[in-house]
Amino acid sequence: MLTLSLILLPVVAATLLLLIKSPAVKTLALGAALVELALAAYAFATFKADAQMQFEFDYPWIASAGIRFSGGIDGISVLLVLLTGLLTPLIVLSAFGRDYDRPSTFYSLILYMQAALMGVFTARDAFLFYLFFEAALIPVYFLAAMWGGEKRIAVTFKFFIYTIFGSLFMLVALVYLYYQTGVPGKPGVHSSAIVDFYNLNLTPAAQGWVFWAFFVAFAIKMPVFPFHTWQPDTYVESPTPATMLLSGIMLKMGVYGLIRFLLPIVPVGLDTWGTLATTLSVIGIVYGSIIAIRQRDMKRLIAYSSFAHVGLMAAGVFSQTANGLQGALIQMLAHGINVVGLFFVAEIIFGRTNSRFLDQLGGITRTTPKLTVYFMILLLGSVALPLTNGFVGEFLLLNGVFAYNNWLGAVAGLTIILGAVYMLRMFQKSMFGPTSARTETFDDLSGAESWVLLPLAVMVFWIGIYPNSFLKVTEPAVMNLLQYVVK
Amino acid sequence: MLPIILLSVFGIVLLFMGFLKSKVLLLPATLVFILAALATTFTDWGKTYLYFQNMLLTNNLAIMFTTIVLLSAFMVVALSNSFIEDEQAQPAEYYALLLFSLVGAIMMISFENLIMLFVGVEILSVAMYVLAGSDKHSPRSNEAALKYFLMGAFATGIMLFGIALLYGATGTFVVSGIKSYVYTNSYGVSLLLYMGILLLLIGMLFKVSAAPFHFWTPDVYDGTPSLFTAFMSTVVKTAGFAALFRVLSVSFVGVYSFWWAILAALTCLTLLIGNVTAVYQNSFKRMMAYSSISHAGYLLIGLTALGTQTKQALVFYSLAYSLATISAFGVLLVVSRQRQDENGINENFDAFNGLARQNPLLGFVMAVSMLSLAGIPLTAGFWGKFMIFTTAADKGIFWILVFAVLMSTVGIYYYFRVIIAMYFREGAGEPVKVAPFYRYVLIAATILTLVLGLAPGLLDGLV
Repeated sequence: MLTLSLILLPVVAATLLLLIKSPAVKTLALGAALVELALAAYAFATFKADAQMQFEFDYPWIASAGIRFSGGIDGISVLLVLLTGLLTPLIVLSAFGRDYDRPSTFYSLILYMQAALMGVFTARDAFLFYLFFEAALIPVYFLAAMWGGEKRIAVTFKFFIYTIFGSLFMLVALVYLYYQTGVPGKPGVHSSAIVDFYNLNLTPAAQGWVFWAFFVAFAIKMPVFPFHTWQPDTYVESPTPATMLLSGIMLKMGVYGLIRFLLPIVPVGLDTWGTLATTLSVIGIVYGSIIAIRQRDMKRLIAYSSFAHVGLMAAGVFSQTANGLQGALIQMLAHGINVVGLFFVAEIIFGRTNSRFLDQLGGITRTTPKLTVYFMILLLGSVALPLTNGFVGEFLLLNGVFAYNNWLGAVAGLTIILGAVYMLRMFQKSMFGPTSARTETFDDLSGAESWVLLPLAVMVFWIGIYPNSFLKVTEPAVMNLLQYVVK
Repeated sequence: MLPIILLSVFGIVLLFMGFLKSKVLLLPATLVFILAALATTFTDWGKTYLYFQNMLLTNNLAIMFTTIVLLSAFMVVALSNSFIEDEQAQPAEYYALLLFSLVGAIMMISFENLIMLFVGVEILSVAMYVLAGSDKHSPRSNEAALKYFLMGAFATGIMLFGIALLYGATGTFVVSGIKSYVYTNSYGVSLLLYMGILLLLIGMLFKVSAAPFHFWTPDVYDGTPSLFTAFMSTVVKTAGFAALFRVLSVSFVGVYSFWWAILAALTCLTLLIGNVTAVYQNSFKRMMAYSSISHAGYLLIGLTALGTQTKQALVFYSLAYSLATISAFGVLLVVSRQRQDENGINENFDAFNGLARQNPLLGFVMAVSMLSLAGIPLTAGFWGKFMIFTTAADKGIFWILVFAVLMSTVGIYYYFRVIIAMYFREGAGEPVKVAPFYRYVLIAATILTLVLGLAPGLLDGLV
């Protein structure tokens, strides 16, 4: 029931918000998101660290076809449930600084998005997963296209078509897998439970194309090179809360899909094509980092950094090692926290100076001790300094990639150096140096802004200093998953 | 078989009601008549009956298709209040023709004898020819009627020829009789049978506007008054596919290997032409015409991959398609009338600019129906496509599935143009005024679309 309420609560809250026309709608949205956070935290706290599904729900959906409305939380999904629960109230709060037109629609779309994301991370039925996977696209598309920048219509449309195109191929793969399941002696009886896909006897050829169908769907979502062309424009044109949803949570749907579907269902396909997939991911790391170094728009810079980071997560999953998977899981949490924080800092700077361009900024640190500290913490997390959250994830991920292939590991390792280059460059150009006309008078953080950044900073250190409180939770599930891998 | 009798009687009653000075009663009376027919349809639920000396056969499947057809007609009539206001219109005749055409549709759905199929098609078509030309002063409407009539009459002729050849081959008009002929002669069926199947298919594919027999569709849909376009694209299509399903799944299932490849090729052609041409339209109504061609293509997948799941998929798809199409035309009807440009009624995409801001309800209704037609999850249209796709997967025809998936991506492109216009573009002009009853009908259709999208199991096991 807990899982079901995690999905239903935001839906109900969002639908009620639509009916409210008062300015209190912000606060109500925040309240709903905080209740949801309490539920997610409760789920995380009471989660038993074993490989089993917990907090399950299960109802018939299309009974005659064996399709069920079922969900639950296991070690793979628990951190993502926590992440979604944690980030949504912060994203809602971060929007308080700006007056959005039609606020009730705006905030209810964020909550609908949250419901769909919770659904993606907890679905146990493949078609239910698919339903939420696509449904998550609709609220964020409307958020981006209604409140976005000048080129929003064309950019978000490209994003929409691109991602849905990918997921339709996943649908073909899911339908195919569904028809491979069956009860012995009962022709025509199939099951769409994800676990029933794990033990299918697929031919190597089938493994190959199912691998690519899944890979393209998830690679577009994350995105992995060369499927990333929608991403920078969409991140830049979207209003910052939508960018945060996209980069903080939604791209994790792709990584989660790799772990949940690709690894256990098509291990032979992964064995055959894994090197190519890893190479693409590693190319993305280096390519994204190098482009990030050249950016002058802060939001675009963070977008490319996110593209680089997610490439490492994908490579870690493809390495099929315990370290790689554990690293991907904890890095999803860490990256969500860092990237949302960084986008919020960019939003704060844009709100005060009306510019996101590094050459028009500078010297902000003079008047803003609080912002400087928070920005620095998030930045260090992002460049994977030891004792911050990024270090744990990147270390495990690189360890996994090295174990898979030394050369790819060595190239992927560049992310640490290049990441430091573009992040510190951004910090230096915006915060230090002479002040420009725009940054002459720059107010430090307001109360609401501090309340967004404080929890994020706490999480950066918590994960960095004591990662075991998260790694121990996911470990049994990861070990269980690894038994499907081709030895 | 009460609905056939009732609807015929009610149609005549309506014609006489046209003599009354007041037109107020016409619309509610028609709605009551349709509801009465719908209620009596269910008296045969759960049983299989032969009627009128083995001319018609009802079973649950026929009842489900009849329900969809009557529901579509109910919604179309409920959205027709503009006739009452229009001085030129003759609502009594229109409503009578709609009821008569429903008689034809029900005969197409439940025929057991091919003669009944022919009579049903003719009853439905003749009524539609007239309704296509009902906007007497519009050259486009006249063109539509003439075009539809000439092409339609030709197609019915071909179909009749096919039926005659089938009779020549098998010695019977009865659907199950042809089936037993095919089974007893499974090693040497007459060539005439193949010719008959082909000609019958051509006639029926014309009616459901499948390529390459679709050329009439855009002009006719465009010229016909929007309300009747909605009727045409839902009722005619549903009845046509019900008829195709019955004849293919009963009579010709024994020679599946002969017709499936032909149907598969036509399916792909229909999907390609419908979807790709729709992209290039500037008129919303023409886009809907091509979209209706593409939906014929999706429905044809179910027939190409004829199997145990086909009937359920066809029922679900037709229902989802009908709900979405009628609500889309319902919104178009009010918007195009109230947002006229220099050429009169504006049926282009730009008529919808900014609609969601001025009329959130109309915007939402339209958005849901576009999402449903595009097959986006949480709407009935997604499950319709899903079920159609699974029939192909069940038969193992994966290439058609991949092609259909590609084409539905193209579909998203043109359906979303409406959503983009409504939600993301600035619009000029006053908010559109909508009568309360009209609004309830649209809301009901939208809620039904969403409910079926969330709980697709509701129709599970009915057919």
